[in-house]
Amino acid sequence: MKKNKNALIRLFKMLFKMFPKRISLILICTTLSSIVVGMPSVFMQKLYSLIETNAGWEKLSSSVLKIIIIIICIYILHNSMNFYAKRKTALITQEFLYKLRQMMFDSMQRSEVAYFDKNQVGDIMSVYTNDIDTLRQIISQSLPQLFLSIVVVTTNFVIMLYYSFYLALVVLVGLFILVLVVKKVGAKSGQYFKQQQAHIGKLESYIEENLSGLKVVKVFNYEDRAFKNFEKLNSDLLNSSVNANIKANIIQPIAFNVVNFIYIAIALFGWLFIHYKVQNVSFSNLAFSISITIPFLNVTRQVAGNVNAIVGQLNYIMMASAGAERIFKLLDEKSEIDDGDVSLVIKDNQRFWKVGNDYVLLKGDVEFKDVSFGYDENKDVIKNINIYANYGQKVALVGATGSGKTTIINLINRFYDVKSGSITFDGIDVRRIKKSDLRKLIGVVLQDVHLFNGTVMDNIRYGRLDASDEECIEAAKSVSADDFIQRLPQGYQTIIKENGSNLSQGQKQLLSIARCKVSNPLVMILDEATSSIDTQTELLVQNGMDNLMNERTVFVIAHRLSTIKNSDVIMVIDKGEIVERGNHQKLIENRGMYYRLYTGDFNLE
Amino acid sequence: MKKLLKYLKKYRKDTYLTIIYAVLETLAQCFIPFVTASMIKSIQNGEGLDKLLNYSTILFICCVLALIFGGALGIHSSIASVGFSYNLRKEMFENIQKFSFQNIDKFNTSSLVTRMTSDISNVQMAFMMIIKTAVKSPLMVIFSLVMSFILSKELSMAFIITLPFLVAIFTFITLKAMPLFQKVFKKYDDLNAGIQENIRGIRVVKGFVRENYEINKFDLASKSIYKLFSKAETLVSAVDPTTTLVININIVLILYFGSYLLINDPQTQINVGILSTLVLYGIQMVFNIMMLIMVYVMIVIAYESSKRILEILSEKSTLDENLDGVTEVKNGDISFKNVCFKYNDKAQNYALKNINLEIKSGEVIGILGSTGSSKTTLIQLINRLYDVSAGSVMVGGVDVRDYNLKILRDNVAIVLQKNILFSGSIKENLKFGNENATDEEIIEVCRLAQAHQFIESTSNGYDTLLNQGGSNLSGGQKQRLCIARALLKKPKILILDDSTSALDNKTDNLLRNSLKNYLPEVTKIIVSQRISSIQDSDKIIIMNNGEVIDFGNHQELLSRSDIYRSTYDNQQKGASYEEK
Repeated sequence: MKKNKNALIRLFKMLFKMFPKRISLILICTTLSSIVVGMPSVFMQKLYSLIETNAGWEKLSSSVLKIIIIIICIYILHNSMNFYAKRKTALITQEFLYKLRQMMFDSMQRSEVAYFDKNQVGDIMSVYTNDIDTLRQIISQSLPQLFLSIVVVTTNFVIMLYYSFYLALVVLVGLFILVLVVKKVGAKSGQYFKQQQAHIGKLESYIEENLSGLKVVKVFNYEDRAFKNFEKLNSDLLNSSVNANIKANIIQPIAFNVVNFIYIAIALFGWLFIHYKVQNVSFSNLAFSISITIPFLNVTRQVAGNVNAIVGQLNYIMMASAGAERIFKLLDEKSEIDDGDVSLVIKDNQRFWKVGNDYVLLKGDVEFKDVSFGYDENKDVIKNINIYANYGQKVALVGATGSGKTTIINLINRFYDVKSGSITFDGIDVRRIKKSDLRKLIGVVLQDVHLFNGTVMDNIRYGRLDASDEECIEAAKSVSADDFIQRLPQGYQTIIKENGSNLSQGQKQLLSIARCKVSNPLVMILDEATSSIDTQTELLVQNGMDNLMNERTVFVIAHRLSTIKNSDVIMVIDKGEIVERGNHQKLIENRGMYYRLYTGDFNLE
Repeated sequence: MKKLLKYLKKYRKDTYLTIIYAVLETLAQCFIPFVTASMIKSIQNGEGLDKLLNYSTILFICCVLALIFGGALGIHSSIASVGFSYNLRKEMFENIQKFSFQNIDKFNTSSLVTRMTSDISNVQMAFMMIIKTAVKSPLMVIFSLVMSFILSKELSMAFIITLPFLVAIFTFITLKAMPLFQKVFKKYDDLNAGIQENIRGIRVVKGFVRENYEINKFDLASKSIYKLFSKAETLVSAVDPTTTLVININIVLILYFGSYLLINDPQTQINVGILSTLVLYGIQMVFNIMMLIMVYVMIVIAYESSKRILEILSEKSTLDENLDGVTEVKNGDISFKNVCFKYNDKAQNYALKNINLEIKSGEVIGILGSTGSSKTTLIQLINRLYDVSAGSVMVGGVDVRDYNLKILRDNVAIVLQKNILFSGSIKENLKFGNENATDEEIIEVCRLAQAHQFIESTSNGYDTLLNQGGSNLSGGQKQRLCIARALLKKPKILILDDSTSALDNKTDNLLRNSLKNYLPEVTKIIVSQRISSIQDSDKIIIMNNGEVIDFGNHQELLSRSDIYRSTYDNQQKGASYEEK
């Protein structure tokens, strides 16, 4: 709860910092408009007492008119202020949310890959959807309402005191009871809402899991059992949600009628005070009379209504502040540190590393020196690895799932940094190189291909944004993807949906290889990049791949040993360590682990 | 929306009660200002305490009644609306469970999930608003109007003059803002889809150094929402000041003419109390008109949702479960007779063309073919995941359509290419295949599927918890669990659709041998890209472009099929040692 409060304070500060002028203006306008909102009743009271004098219309008409004109002026003032404040609030809310969303996305883009490994997609998404939604609610409705209500209550209470201290005391007691009741019921409903939220979460993930595995469900005749499981979760939700809604729904009539009870009490006390000629105590020094009681009744209604609103909004703001906290957590996410001072420059049509004042020719040699790394502090995934790959070489990594192959990729393009040892690019430690320059030189093709919403052409061009259509088609042809693309309904203009659900896994892999080709990297990493391509097509791709790999440094990770046989060096990795290295011929002669793998004598898992 | 109402079922009673209580509460509430006016009049006339106490008692009773009715209204409206959404969710889930693969293909998963979650909650909110407010608000307006007329005909004319203006302004704003909001919601969905895509593909984004490109893309989408939303909100922000303005005009009119009448006409029935009561009625009317407009907006939003829900509810499964069908599968014989198939009636091309096959019970059959040659389609016809478009598929000598569907699927186990494990323990996942399986049976099938060893080596063995989708297992481990899960059904026919692709050759071999040796009577169909996985099969089907182009054993195919031979040569090159 304390954390939430801090998040709220931070939110206010942020808002104010972003729009200092406009917010001040809004606050001034709101204050003014809510101060004047109580004033008409003062003048109405004047009007009533005027009427009570029972003088003729000729005598009174000018004063009546005067009062009415004053009331009109107050209304005009109130409405224009109110209009301005409402409009500006609406606009500020939208602008703030826009900026906030931008900041969130920005922060997310710059976060370390570790952030994405640690958090589930659904959880991150809910910050963008649910939490932003609640913020919109708070900023555009709750906060202004809260501020307004506080001002209204304060001014009206002053008006009450202006009329009568005693009656004000009666109201105060009534309000105290009101707050007590609302708080009690509200707390209960809050509890049930929490429970309801938990049940919704459980039910929704069940639905999501069941529906995404629906085909498996059908294959196993699991429908009836699934329905039973669902039914249990659904009734849990029914119960908690009925409870939560009932509590929330009866607050309103309770509060509304407590206000009415206060109203009755005021009428009764008013009569009693008049009847027994009780000495009034007030700022105005007016005696108790009908012209005090009636406006007082109106003011009572306003105060009570606004106290109601304050209590309601406070509950809501407290509940919603949890969302603000999550948003700030995303904003505060550690961003990738890029303190690389070595950058890539072009001089005399050749690319150089600019190291201080020196220039080092870009070659494409990659070397791992005694590299150790682990995602957990105390558990190393790879240990003391030494690899060197010179420009033009093809280095293969073989090993079981979880043996640390993918980790090696994570380290080369610095998704993670080494724990000890170093990785060098042309002899320069990669940690000294600007990340963007480094990553532009490295092309990665992963087994699990990710495609973006857009046309096939857009997706290939993702590799290099200024590539022309011809270059993209050329790239597709060179990796044998052109054939199937041509057969798609709209060819290169076919829209790819939902991460390529309209393509087969093999086709997606071909596209991702084309995308990599377009980016023309100096170092290429292929992580099981052709695992789902059938052998016929792989044969075709292989030709393209061979010339793709020709002028680069290549790292290949593959299960199919046929894919890596012609590598210059093959490293066999086991439990994070390189246990064998050499070319195919040599490793076979060694009769070691590679040989056993190759002959099917050894289990990779 | 109307069509959905039949799913109210037992909550219909609460719905009616809600409406009745809404009427009662409104009546009680409308009397309150009326009594208040009389009360003030009595104070003003200096009447005695007994009169005042009378009025107070009546007022008190009104309030208590309003409280009771209001409470009952709150309770029954909650039950009715929550129950309604409960029923809708239940019916939808039940109907979706009945979907055939063809139905499933039509809707994508994320759209089904949205329909079952946010669409339902939209409908629930709207329903609650409608039964509570749609009755209450118009009643309030009418009552307030009638009461004001009873109090003072002349002064009530003020309402008649101003209210139409108010309605006109509200209608104008709503009509202007609604399409904007609808556009915003659509764009919202797109924006969220974009964020999700970005998160999932963050490695690609970072790998290609596309952070700024993505930020710009996001900015563009986000900005268009911002602009639209600002426009819509600007319009809506006018509602509140407009309302107050109209109330104010009312009050001024009433005050002016009221004072005039009071002062000028000693005979008038009007008094100060009536004046202030009229002001109250005015506020009440405007407030309720505003509520009505809100209900209208909710209905518009919920209308789209209810359409989408109905689409699911009215979707009929394209497969008949045939509950009276044959309940025993005699053996694992399979035969295809002139089978043609296309995925939907409108498709131009057949996915399968004129397939004829005879497979004997207990045989091992391999299927080989390039990507997109309809291998998966072929096997999905055997357990009626889809129905043939022409011809017939027979299992155990009976047309698959004549079986009770559940029995057929229990006897034909298929391990799908896209394997899915569910969150829960390994054992729970395995029991998916057969909930009554004993621990011994489970261990036995896991041994057959070469999964026992790695399961034992996990921290909690068979009780190890899996993440959603089994993301804490390697691809090969998942595949073996899926096979074990299928074996637990003790099927007569077992189909592996490229389900061993992540296994190394050795494990793959062991798996096939154990299936062959321990389940000799089960017909086994193996779809694979790997020749080594299928070359020992009794017969091998070669597919191309939806047709069976060859059917024979390894030796026969080697000598007569070009495709087979070239694939074989090509794969052997890479693994010549495997033969030794």
